[in-house]
Amino acid sequence: MAAPQQQKLKVNGPVVVTANRLTDGAVVWRTAAGGWSAELADAAVVTSAEAAIALLAGAQQRDIDAVGAYVAPVLLGADGAVAPGNLRERIRVAGPTFELPH
Amino acid sequence: MYVYDEFDRAFLAERVAEFRDQVGRRLSGALSEDEFKPLRLMNGVYLQLHAYMLRIAIPYGTLNSDQLRRMAYVARRYDRGYGHFTTRQNIQFNWIKLDELPEAMAALAEVGVHGIQTSGNCIRNVTTDQWAGATPGEYDDPRIWAEILRQYSTLHPEFTYLPRKFKIAITAAPQDRAAIKVHDVGLRLHRNEAGELGFEVLVGGGLGRTPFVGKLVRPFLPARDLLSYIEAIMRVYNQYGRRDNIYKARIKILVHEIGAEEFSRAVEAEWEAIREGALKMTDEMIAEIRGRFLYPDFAALTDNPPELVEALKDERFVTWHANSVHTHKVPGHAIVTISLKPVGAPPGDATADQMEVVADLADRYGFREIRVGHEQNLCLPNVAQKDLPALWAALDAAGLATPNVNHISDIIACPGLDYCALANARAIPVAQEIAKRFADLDRSRGIGRLHVNISGCINACGHHHVGHIGILGVEKNGQEFYQITLGGRADEKAQLGTLLGPAVSYEQVPDLIEDVVDTYMELRAGPQELFIDTVARLGVEPFKERVYAAH
Repeated sequence: MAAPQQQKLKVNGPVVVTANRLTDGAVVWRTAAGGWSAELADAAVVTSAEAAIALLAGAQQRDIDAVGAYVAPVLLGADGAVAPGNLRERIRVAGPTFELPH
Repeated sequence: MYVYDEFDRAFLAERVAEFRDQVGRRLSGALSEDEFKPLRLMNGVYLQLHAYMLRIAIPYGTLNSDQLRRMAYVARRYDRGYGHFTTRQNIQFNWIKLDELPEAMAALAEVGVHGIQTSGNCIRNVTTDQWAGATPGEYDDPRIWAEILRQYSTLHPEFTYLPRKFKIAITAAPQDRAAIKVHDVGLRLHRNEAGELGFEVLVGGGLGRTPFVGKLVRPFLPARDLLSYIEAIMRVYNQYGRRDNIYKARIKILVHEIGAEEFSRAVEAEWEAIREGALKMTDEMIAEIRGRFLYPDFAALTDNPPELVEALKDERFVTWHANSVHTHKVPGHAIVTISLKPVGAPPGDATADQMEVVADLADRYGFREIRVGHEQNLCLPNVAQKDLPALWAALDAAGLATPNVNHISDIIACPGLDYCALANARAIPVAQEIAKRFADLDRSRGIGRLHVNISGCINACGHHHVGHIGILGVEKNGQEFYQITLGGRADEKAQLGTLLGPAVSYEQVPDLIEDVVDTYMELRAGPQELFIDTVARLGVEPFKERVYAAH
């Protein structure tokens, strides 16, 4: 499967822009203020392709903070809480789905 | 063990300094991501789902105890305290930080290991039999020839930008433990009727989205002509291999499209032009490489010493011994496989503590040498039989004595969607669940040799096509589904598995595998008929009827 960055943009619901932090690869989300946050709750949520393209374009302007930005689906709870929209994004938020060796 | 010289050490130190500079320029913004990405990949640095991943080459799967101990240090200091051994006899660190990578690489370079050519469209780590040099019946130690290829291919300017990556595997034993038939080039060392050492050369094997078993292009290549013949293959590939479509760029597609005969003719024509040139190896050159492999100074021992005979009264030791200890070419010695597949743990992972335990045991009982097998287990290739009881006790205490080698819970699995940016589905949790189903040792021993291979996407890093049971994760409408194949094998009789039927959901996989195994137990001609032989005798239909009737 092509990585999300390589796929045609489809927006059928709420989406965010996500990437990996340059220094350590940690998952980050684009905020409405034009920065990056390590908390999904801080992400700017948009619902149209036009807005998603604009958010992505802003995220890609400067690649020294975060890399590999792409648009990812999210789910909005009744209370407005943001949750990852598919398994891949759930794993990116919560880490591997099994206990890590220790 | 191969002893590196000053040239190797200086080269690695320079490479680390170069990478440190590249990372510095990337962090300062002097290099863009587009500029930096190919540079990091050339050093084995990937960006995965949640972190950078550093892949370290373990040439032909051979490590000394200092190197393994240093990997434990890197795992603990720069990662999350563990590493993952791969099907290419490498190790991967999954949580490494970019700004700490140069330090980690410097620490590894001090003991002669690195990530060079573990990514990119170049000749990758040359792999071989993890029992090389220790198993009876070998025609030669294949690591000598792997080392010759390593030196030849490292930073080879003509082959740094091939159409696609290129993997070579070598075996020298009658039983192929290196899966040579599913590599771009597979080399089988043997002797011709005149007693001369040479290679049977297979080209165009590989897995991924278009799997092929390699085709024979030369039954016998004199050993001293190895480099010129490989160069001829690489040149034909470099010239005619496709660069317009990444999915058709491997040499297997070229060989398939023009046919093995035509491919062979092109290689032979190129070879004729260069075979007497600079790449022809002299006896002295080969002897020099051979001379830098230091072999253990084996004591004159006999088989079945009293210590072993006494230990064989302990049922748990008997089970482990029967499963994980193999015949050595030197009397009184043994080859020991260390299972990295404890039931319920991620296949192929080892903690820093476990790496240090293995390194210490290699010092004490194994002439400081450790091997990595493509099945994602470790191996101590040279252990005195009298030391086996003490070795077992120490491994057992460290959780490293699971007697499941070649059993159904000895699963090969790629990192899958839990780590990998390319994956469609998870592989490790599927492996864990299957292993738990077959955790009962009596049951898994009764089933016998059965290889389960799991890949989280069509790129097939878990070699699912050649698993006796192959499991491929796919995505359907945002859900994980798994296709099952039966009858694949990666050994000297390599073949691709046959699709059993429609894909099943993540939750259904363990039940389905149990049904497949139960069907085998019912249909096999007797306890001596292995799963793979029952599938060969009956085909997949009886399995299909039974399994899909139940689901």
